[in-house]
This record gives sequence, structure tokens and C-alpha cells, in this order.
Amino acid sequence: MTSRVLGIASLVLMVFALYMALIYAPQEAQQGTPYRIIYFHVPMGILSFVSAYLLGFAGIMFLIKRDLKWDRLAIGAAELGVLCTACSLITGSIWAKPIWGVWWAWDARITLQLLLGLFFIAYFMLRAYLPDREKRAKLAAVFGVLGMIDVPFNYYSIEWWATQHPQPVLRGGGSIDPDMRLALYVSALALTVTCAYLLTRRLAIARVEEEVEYLEHLVHAHE
Amino acid sequence: MHAGDSPALESEDIRKTFGHFTALAGVTLTFQPSEFVALFGRNGAGKTTFLKIAATLMRATHGRLRIGGTDIREEPEAVRRQIGFLSHNTYLYRDLNPVENLRFFARLYGVADAETRISALLSRVGLKRRMNDPVRSFSRGLNQRLGIARVMLHDPSLILLDEPYTGLDANAVEMLNAMLDEAVGAGKTIVLTTHDIEQGLRAATRAAIIDRGRIVFDGSSRGAPVRDAYNEYVRMGVPQ
Amino acid sequence: MKPLSAIVFKDIVIELRNKETISSMLMFGLLVLVVFNFAFQPTGAERALIAPGILWVAFTFAGILGLNRSLSIELDNDCLQGLLLAPLDRGSLYLGKVASNFIFMMIAEVMILPIFVLFYNLRFDLQFLQIAGLSFLGTFAFAAVGTILSTISANTRMKEVMLPILLIPLTLPVILASVMATSAVLSGETEGISSWLYLLGGFSIVYLVASYLVFEFVVEE
Ligand SMILES: Nc1ncnc2c1ncn2[C@@H]1O[C@H](COP(=O)(O)OP(=O)(O)OP(=O)(O)O)[C@@H](O)[C@H]1O
Ligand SMILES: [Mg+2]
Repeated sequence: MTSRVLGIASLVLMVFALYMALIYAPQEAQQGTPYRIIYFHVPMGILSFVSAYLLGFAGIMFLIKRDLKWDRLAIGAAELGVLCTACSLITGSIWAKPIWGVWWAWDARITLQLLLGLFFIAYFMLRAYLPDREKRAKLAAVFGVLGMIDVPFNYYSIEWWATQHPQPVLRGGGSIDPDMRLALYVSALALTVTCAYLLTRRLAIARVEEEVEYLEHLVHAHE
Repeated sequence: MHAGDSPALESEDIRKTFGHFTALAGVTLTFQPSEFVALFGRNGAGKTTFLKIAATLMRATHGRLRIGGTDIREEPEAVRRQIGFLSHNTYLYRDLNPVENLRFFARLYGVADAETRISALLSRVGLKRRMNDPVRSFSRGLNQRLGIARVMLHDPSLILLDEPYTGLDANAVEMLNAMLDEAVGAGKTIVLTTHDIEQGLRAATRAAIIDRGRIVFDGSSRGAPVRDAYNEYVRMGVPQ
Repeated sequence: MKPLSAIVFKDIVIELRNKETISSMLMFGLLVLVVFNFAFQPTGAERALIAPGILWVAFTFAGILGLNRSLSIELDNDCLQGLLLAPLDRGSLYLGKVASNFIFMMIAEVMILPIFVLFYNLRFDLQFLQIAGLSFLGTFAFAAVGTILSTISANTRMKEVMLPILLIPLTLPVILASVMATSAVLSGETEGISSWLYLLGGFSIVYLVASYLVFEFVVEE
């Protein structure tokens, strides 16, 4: 039910967000059209951090409650994390090519995003090499918690590191046009709802997967 | 410790599942001090799993277990001090010699007057002559002997032995039996698993058979009934 | 305190017996220094610029080697289970292993450091001591995370391979902070160094506490 509501809401909001980002928001003076990608790039970047915290939270809850439903939430959060990190890196690269002239620069935020992506991938590799279901949930939960703790350290170390290096980009510290800000908020909301929708779908699939596994076990036990 | 008034081991509906597989399906047992319990069961019945849970190495999925009146979840450290556990593996460091191995465990357990005790134990298990050789050079039986010394080192009141006779020669079997009899005489409790039913019943005051994670036989009538029940279960083969 | 020192002492006795861990860490660190020198062929000024990075790559990889060795000793004969039987809480066990891993890494680093100074034409003066002090802080942070992650990776099917995969993404702040602080010392511009030192200190404390609390979950069956 919630899933259906979220699905419809995300469809409506996404259409609205596209209008806001592509038509409503004014043209940026220096960068022109490529600038419009930030309406997707920035929310994706933020959501990837939200995913990391959600993963850590699910890990803590699993360790306390020992209920596999928290592990399913962790899987969902980590997959969202991979998705958001990938989207934010790809949109970032697409933007960087016309603006900086390169696909990739070791800028603070990009580096941070890349590291977060590596953490999510390491999380899945760990899961893949743990054969036992419960042990997999438990150790992945611990790794998720340790990874969540790492986020602020990564953030500050990379910030400080970047300020000591030549910077490829003019950091926009100034004020943003109110219309642009509104467009950014709308698309952030739309993407958040979409991610929440994907998460509910993923949880449903995970439940079914576990049921199938159980039935398979019963069938094998009978043979 | 009030070892006198509380049971040595008290398990209440202990269950353990590995994923969807049930290894223990509710084990309820109470052992009193000075009891010598022989635990039988075919391969995969759940004997090792039960001992590991009692030794606090494995967490039960369900149920409570008290040792000497202390809950193993609430005060695991206090419980561990009372337990000696010999498993399939000896837990000995290959690069250290017997004295160094025992010295290390003595420090972990805070054993008083460790050197005298170590040297006494080593002569008891017949390793005095090999006490300067690293454990990596030991045969299976010598390893097992040293493992027995490790279990006895801190004078545990509950001794859990998982197939202790594997690899032991006739001489060592006799040595182990003498040690166990002495321990029972001193009020300790022994739980031992083995597939050698004669050896298991030798000094046991109680015998239990576990099958598919359930206690299917438990009693002090240790003669023909245990033998027959055990043989029947073993003949059925490993459960799928 | 006593079980903790017992664990450290036991690891040292084993090392004195077979001398495997430190020698392999040392050799590995040395090889990194040599290989990077060939790879970059640095001249004069560049050398000072890339030297801190090379030093910490050497330390990191030697450290991973040491962590794997230390764990394989505990996994032989299931010795870790034997430790779990002892009347000490899981947190203390973790601290004991951190202490011993830290000591081994420090010994290896103290031997790698003079070779590094020699290879990269640096001076044996106050700088040398400052870098040694920095290594102390950075290595402690590394050992705190490395110990719990190596225990996690021990449960997987590819123990040795899994450790760097888990460890490097999480320890990047440590490596970065150590490299930057080392650069600052070598270039003599030590103004900004304190934030890096705070980061290393904060990282160590936070991970030590968190790992102390969750170590139980990593070792229980
Ligand atoms: N870590 C594990 N993961 C999955 N299944 C396990 C695990 N440990 C034990 N089992 C299963 O639990 C059941 C009980 O195992 P256990 O080792 O307790 O048997 P046992 O009675 O000691 O047998 P044996 O006489 O062969 O030593 C077995 O079917 C075994 O396959
Ligand atoms: Mg067994």
C-alpha cells in the first residue's frame, strides 16, 4: 500500500521535477545548459550519504534485535548507495567534461563520492564471501556500522586535503538564485521519494527471496 | 561458589538453528555435581553443538543455560572460569612448546602457582620428555594429551570433552580415565561425547542419547538399554 | 590488564621463535620503497614531494601483511576459539590483539624508516623523530581498525584477499592524514599539521571504542 502510494507520488514528482529543472529554472549565466544536471547530481550525492547512514542504522538495529528484517533493510540501503553513488559520479563526469574539459578530476567531493562507492562495493564483496546466512547478516552489520562511522572522517580528511591542493573548480560559495533553489528542492524531494519507493520494492523482493530459499530447503529436506 | 546447592549444568529448551537447519530442537537437561555423563548420538546429531553452546563459544538461538547457577548470557566471564572444554581441535599454538602453551593459558585464567601445576600436569599426561619441542612436531595423540592438560589446567568444575579418546593409545586412555575418575571424586562434573560406547559407559553415572537435536534417551540405567537404543539410532545412518 | 599482556607476550614469544612476521613485513616494505623509486624515478625536488606517499604505502602494505600473519596464527588449530574460552570479555581480547598488532607494525616501521631516510636522501635529525612520532599515531589508528576487520575477513572464504578490500576504503582518512602530516614535517611547514594529528587521534579513539563494543558479534558463532 505504502509502496503503491510512493510509486505514484514519485512518478508525479519526477515529472514535476523535470519541468522545474529543465524549463522553470533560469539559465545559469556562465555554464549555460550543462548546469541543469546539478538538479539531479546534487540530490544523488546527498542520498548516497543518507544510504550510508541508513546502512549503519540498519546494522545497529540488527545487532540489537537480531531480526533478519533489519538485514534486508541493510541490503536495500547498500544497493541504493551503489545506485546513488554511481548516478552522482556519472552525472558529475558528464557535467565536468564541458565545464572543466575533463571527465574526471580529483576534486574533494568527487573523491569522497568515489570512496563511498568503494565502501558499498566492499560491503557487497564481504557479503558474497560469507556463506552462512546469519553470519553474513551479522558481519555485514558490523562492517556497515564501521563504515558509517568512517563517513565524517572521510569527509573532513578529504576537505582538508583538497584545500591544500590546487582546485580545478571555482567553489560556489555565493548565493544561489531563488528559482534555482526551488528547482533543486523539488528534484531533491522527487528523487528522495523515488529512492524510498525503490527501497520498499527491494524489501518486498528480499522477503520473497527468503521465502523461496526456505521452500527450497523444505523441498531438499523431503527428497 | 555454592556448587553444593545449584546444579552443575542446567539447560532449558536450548535450540540452535543454522539458517533453516535445526541442529538442536530444544534440549532440556540438568546435571548435578559429581555426575559423569556420557552423551551419545550418531554423526550430526548435535553433540558438538550442545557442548559448544554450554562452553559459551556458540550462541543458542533460543533457551537458557545456567552453569553452577550462573546464566551464561549474563555473566559469561564467571562461567568460563568454571569450564574446561576439549573440542575436536586442541586450540594449541603450533609454534610454542607445551610449557609455553600452558603458561599462556595459565596467565589467561590467572592460575596460581602456575609453574608447579604445569610441570605436574605435563608429567601426568606423559609429555615431560617432549616439553621443549614445539607443538607442530607433535603427533595426533601427543596433541590430544596436551589438549587434556590444557583443559585441566585451571581446575574447572565442569569438564566438557568432545570425543576425547581420538588418537589416544591404550596408555593415554588409561591416564585420561584415571584423571576423570579423580575429578568426579573431587566433586567435578563431566560431560563427554564419544562413539565408543564401551569406553563411554565405563565410568558414566548417567547416559544420554541425542538424535536430530533432541534428547531421546536419558537415564542412569546405563547397561543394555543404552547400548540397544544407541545401536538402533546409529544403524539408521546420518539424517538428511 | 593481565590477560592483555599475556596475549601480547604470547605473540612476541611466537615471533622470537619463528621470526616470520617482522621479517616479511620488513622485506615487503623495503620492496615497496624500491619499486616506487623505479616507477617514478624521482629527481631532487620531486622526491621530497612523493616520498611521504611512498612511505605510507610501504607502511600500509607491510601492516596488512602483519595483520594477516597475526590472524593466521590464531586460526591455526582454531586457537582463537581457545582464547574465546578464557575468562576475559571479548572487548579485552580485541584490545590485546590491537596492542600486539600495533607493536609488530611499529617494530617493522622503525626498521623501514631509516632505510627510507637513506633512500630518499633525507636527514637524520629532528625530522626523523617527528616522522617516527607521526607513525606512532597513524599506526595506532591503522591497528585499531585493522584488527577488527582482519577478524571479520577471517570468517570469509578468501581471508587474506578480503582484508585489504575491507580495510583500505575505511582507512583512507588515516593514510591521507599521515601522508599530509609527513609532508608537512618534511617541508618544514608545520602550521596545519595539528588538524591532521587531531584527526588521527579522534579516529583511533572512535574506532577503538566502537570495535570494543562490537567485537563480540564478530567472534561469536
Ligand atoms: N556452522 C554450521 N553451519 C551449518 N550447519 C552446522 C554448523 N555446525 C554444525 N552444523 C550441523 O549441525 C548438525 C549437528 O552438528 P554437530 O557437530 O553438533 O554433530 P555431532 O553430534 O557432534 O556429530 P559428530 O558425531 O559427527 O561429531 C550437523 O548436521 C551439522 O551439519
Ligand atoms: Mg561432534
